[in-house]
Amino acid sequence: MLQIILFGPLLGAIIAGFGWRLISIRGAQWVTTGLLFLSCFLSWVTFLTTPDTVQHIELLRWIESGSLSTSWGIRLDRLTSTMLIVVTTVSALVHLYSFGYMAHDDNFKEGEESYRARFFAYLSFFTFAMLMLVTSDNLVQMFFGWEGVGVASYLLIGFYYRKPSANAAAMKAFVVNRVGDFGFALGIFGLYYMTDSIILDDIFADASRLAGMNLQFLSWSFDATEILVLLLFIGAMGKSAQLLLHTWLPDAMEGPTPVSALIHAATMVTAGVFMICRMSPLVEYAPDAKSIIVFIGASTAFFAATVGLVQNDIKRVIAYSTCSQLGYMFVAAGVGVYSAAMFHLFTHAFFKAMLFLGAGSVIHAMHHEQDMRNYGGLRKKIPMTFWAMMIGTLAITGVGIPLTHIGFAGFLSKDAIIESAWAGTMGGYGFWMLVIAALFTSFYSWRLIFLTFYGEARGDKHTHDHAHESPPVMLIPLGVLALGAVFAGMIWYGSFFGDHNRVNAFFGIPAHHEAADGDHGEGVVAATEAAAEGDGHGAVEALMEDTVTDGSHGSDAGAAAFHGTATAHGDAHTGMAPQGAIFMAPENHVMDEAHHAPTWVKVSPFVAMLIGFVTALWFYILNPAMPARVAEANRPLYLFLLNKWYFDEIYDFIFVRPAFWIGRNLWKRGDQGTIDGGINGLAMGIIPFFTRLAGKAQSGYIFTYAFAMVIGIAVLVTWMTMTGGAE
Amino acid sequence: MSNLLSIVTFLPAIAALILAIFLRGEDAAGQRNAKWVALIATTLTFLVSLFILTGFDSGNTGFQFVEERDWLMGLKYKMGVDGVSVLFVLLTTFMMPLTIAASWGVETRVKEYMIAFLLLETLMLGVFMALDLVLFYLFFEAGLIPMFLIIGIWGGANRIYASFKFFLYTFLGSVLMLVAMVAMYADAGTTDIPTLMAHDFASETFSILGVQIIGGMQTLMFIAFFASFAVKMPMWPVHTWLPDAHVQAPTAGSVVLAAILLKMGGYGFLRFSLPMFPVGSDVMTPLVLWMSAIAIVYTSLVALVQEDMKKLIAYSSVAHMGYVTMGIFAMNQQGVDGAIFQMISHGFISGALFLCVGVIYDRMHTREIDAYGGLVNRMPAYAMLFMLFTMANVGLPGTSGFVGEFLTLMGIFQVNTWVALVATSGVILSAAYALYLYRRVVMGDLIKESLKAITDMTAREKWIFAPLVVMTLLLGVYPSLVTDVTGPSVEALIADHNTALAAADRLGDPQVAAASH
Repeated sequence: MLQIILFGPLLGAIIAGFGWRLISIRGAQWVTTGLLFLSCFLSWVTFLTTPDTVQHIELLRWIESGSLSTSWGIRLDRLTSTMLIVVTTVSALVHLYSFGYMAHDDNFKEGEESYRARFFAYLSFFTFAMLMLVTSDNLVQMFFGWEGVGVASYLLIGFYYRKPSANAAAMKAFVVNRVGDFGFALGIFGLYYMTDSIILDDIFADASRLAGMNLQFLSWSFDATEILVLLLFIGAMGKSAQLLLHTWLPDAMEGPTPVSALIHAATMVTAGVFMICRMSPLVEYAPDAKSIIVFIGASTAFFAATVGLVQNDIKRVIAYSTCSQLGYMFVAAGVGVYSAAMFHLFTHAFFKAMLFLGAGSVIHAMHHEQDMRNYGGLRKKIPMTFWAMMIGTLAITGVGIPLTHIGFAGFLSKDAIIESAWAGTMGGYGFWMLVIAALFTSFYSWRLIFLTFYGEARGDKHTHDHAHESPPVMLIPLGVLALGAVFAGMIWYGSFFGDHNRVNAFFGIPAHHEAADGDHGEGVVAATEAAAEGDGHGAVEALMEDTVTDGSHGSDAGAAAFHGTATAHGDAHTGMAPQGAIFMAPENHVMDEAHHAPTWVKVSPFVAMLIGFVTALWFYILNPAMPARVAEANRPLYLFLLNKWYFDEIYDFIFVRPAFWIGRNLWKRGDQGTIDGGINGLAMGIIPFFTRLAGKAQSGYIFTYAFAMVIGIAVLVTWMTMTGGAE
Repeated sequence: MSNLLSIVTFLPAIAALILAIFLRGEDAAGQRNAKWVALIATTLTFLVSLFILTGFDSGNTGFQFVEERDWLMGLKYKMGVDGVSVLFVLLTTFMMPLTIAASWGVETRVKEYMIAFLLLETLMLGVFMALDLVLFYLFFEAGLIPMFLIIGIWGGANRIYASFKFFLYTFLGSVLMLVAMVAMYADAGTTDIPTLMAHDFASETFSILGVQIIGGMQTLMFIAFFASFAVKMPMWPVHTWLPDAHVQAPTAGSVVLAAILLKMGGYGFLRFSLPMFPVGSDVMTPLVLWMSAIAIVYTSLVALVQEDMKKLIAYSSVAHMGYVTMGIFAMNQQGVDGAIFQMISHGFISGALFLCVGVIYDRMHTREIDAYGGLVNRMPAYAMLFMLFTMANVGLPGTSGFVGEFLTLMGIFQVNTWVALVATSGVILSAAYALYLYRRVVMGDLIKESLKAITDMTAREKWIFAPLVVMTLLLGVYPSLVTDVTGPSVEALIADHNTALAAADRLGDPQVAAASH
């Protein structure tokens, strides 16, 4: 069944990409979409019947060299199945939506160019790569999916290949992602070096041992887990557009809007979060790296939200919002509440895809106008889209009833993260950045709604007169996603962020960890004691110290002893890979503490949301002249935000231009000046001598060579005959 | 068949002979006949060479299909293949029919052209199979003559300069190699390569003119061979002949040069340098590794600013060869497996890229990047193929380009993380220059008047690419096809190397300690 889920989309992509002439463009659309819906259905079956234990399916050998053994394989656990439904559901709906959205496109010559078949082939290919990423049971296959989605993203961002801006954005996305991949690749090399395997289970089994070891990386000695997690995180930063490597995401909006919904909101950009959660058995042993993840995540959440405040392009606002929400997820992962990160990933996929598809519907209605300053008063013209966007906004801003578990999807998952951030950072930087970002999120989301759907119609009157509601094929996906945006949070709250036992059961984590939860009201110390009594945790810690002092990579005796004892204790997280899809170290009580956060913490995101809403209401409905005045009064700040903190300009100055400058200099001065200059100088001395010997200067070069060679052979042969031959 | 290797090696030469003797006339029929004879001969060679693969026992790490005969003046004619060399033989026989098919448009001196290519094939095959030092040297050096002629007669406007440069580089390297070969013969008393591989050359440190030569004779011999192989690879900083040679060579010449001739350097390292001069290799390893890492970054940056498509791909070739030398001198299973894999894969990918340039050069007669733009509008099939090989060139997983890069980097990480870091940054730069090229040539609107009538690929052109597409994807998805063949021989090679180092008491050296960790 998993094979069908996985290879169905690939099959669809191949049929649509190469066989559309045989089955017509319409046929290509139906084949890809049909296969995607099949995948989606099977994914839901898989999700609802996910077994408690991790399952492995090996498909084919892959890269094998010495002790390195990679195969194409599937790992099925809760993390996989969660991602399966996110990916296939959004993808299937986006396929369906594209029937309407791509029906007519002014960028292509109707009837002459098969852009629709190509578009659907790319979408399906992307889905395949993404599924390979999330089902992988080893890091190299994950890297395959990782780069595969990068290529699909590249192809789709550059889909309107006539637009120079689209081509530039596509290339930028790929290259910036490659910077992340650079870190990811080094992380994989390092993990292989330390654990002699790239299979997830083997690495997880070694994680606790790695924690005490040092890795000589570059000229310094690092704690092995810390540096490796950081390298992997660089990969995650690239893919998930975190601060410093985020610059490609807003530009990626050059792609068609369904692409933005699928790739740049719901699935691909969450791959980084998924990877950190997937590697949780390793990440748990890297406290410093976790702090850095929290710092980057929180900073991104804040930074992207500030930029989102002033953008005028409807898609860019949502793009920055995505960037910001991804920051939230990283904070959750960084403080060790991986289930909350996955929860937000899950709910975010629904409401963000819906916002994008809604925006697509608006753009469709407005004849590809994307500037919100030319919108206004569209509520009546496109009511269904309006309601969809409204639900999306209610979800992303986190509307719900405080102190209960009733609310839109974003309310539950975002609050879960903010509470975790409070518990994980002791109410520090991470927590406050997220609360402020929540305020901004609310402001820019409502700003988007007010500018688009309320007030007077602005811009081209003709366009407004012809604004029309989208066809049902585009509205149905919106409806389905709306269901997710409303109910996904309430239904799965317990599973992702509820009582410890439920979360454990959901992720297949063995029961003995419950001990850690035994008395969670009492704080860390008590819980640790309880744990120590409960499962012989102290013994494990002592063991870990042993390994720390042991230190060396290949010490078989130490490892064997360690193995034996661990097995004797029956403790899953030492000798063997820990059971379950995610792993929380026994001393990680952040989730429990988050549950017991003070009331003001729990209410803070709600209050932030209200302030943001009221401000937006005041700025854009009650007092429409206000934004311009504020912008005028704080012009430098406004420009700073409008120009996205000048990241693009700075990067252009410190990376792009120097690269070209160095390249030119190496070429002109290095290759042509120094190397060739030296050779030529040498040549002027030697060559005339030989050409004179060869007689004819005109075609001398061939003779010279042959001559020289013959001399060489002659010398060798003579030498050997004289010394008695080769007998 | 006891002389299978000789049959494969000399089949093309016999065809060349037939062409030279029996074919008369420069008219259309004569030209067509010459092309068909060459195509049939190379295809037949490929089919026969498949027997080598089917008969090859990859578990056996020694030489197989060995032929040994007395030759003139007491020299030996000895041929054989092992896991290291057998795939290069197959690569050569695989690429040649495609090369001939890609030359279907040649109109001047067709007969001579085909003879040159057929002879070239024989000589290249000889290099990978020769098991006698003199025989190897003959093949190695003689192979340059047809290549010279190909560039010099059928090349571009500035072919004299290119050939001249080519000559100078190769000549200097060869002279040194020849000297070392004489010294080896003097020391070991034989030119038999398997015997030499087992021979212990002196490695005691001595000093010349007050300069300490660590590793003694071995180091000197290593350097002499290195001079020749480094030029052939080519390694930075002796790479500058390659871009010029590529630019001036006709398309088919570029394909052979990139796909096969460049592999001789890497093969030479594996056949001679490492097994024969283990101590010398070990002494020189840090230098070679840094030269490789610099090559990757340096030539990638230079590729970024090129204005000529062929030059850009040539520089990209140098960068990719940097991974090869790095992997070889990482001296561990992943590194060497990866290096061989990278060479094979680069044969397909760079060959295909040069063919891609050839396709539009045939139509527009320019290689200037600025002369193009928006080709996708009129050439969708071409755009797709070019995309595939561009992605393969940047090492996308799922294509063969990934496996070699990944394995060599994984190998080097275990030896030297600084080199690994610098070399890994090549994945960013390669994406930059390759996609930048693609964007300027293929993407965008088609606005140039001259390109308005350009036509998409013909069926013949598509069929030439088909085998390359298959191999690139097949090896990307199932690389065991290669590593199963090379693995055992590489393992033996590394084991012997380490034994030799241990015997020379060099395992205490910090570099080696890091490697064996």
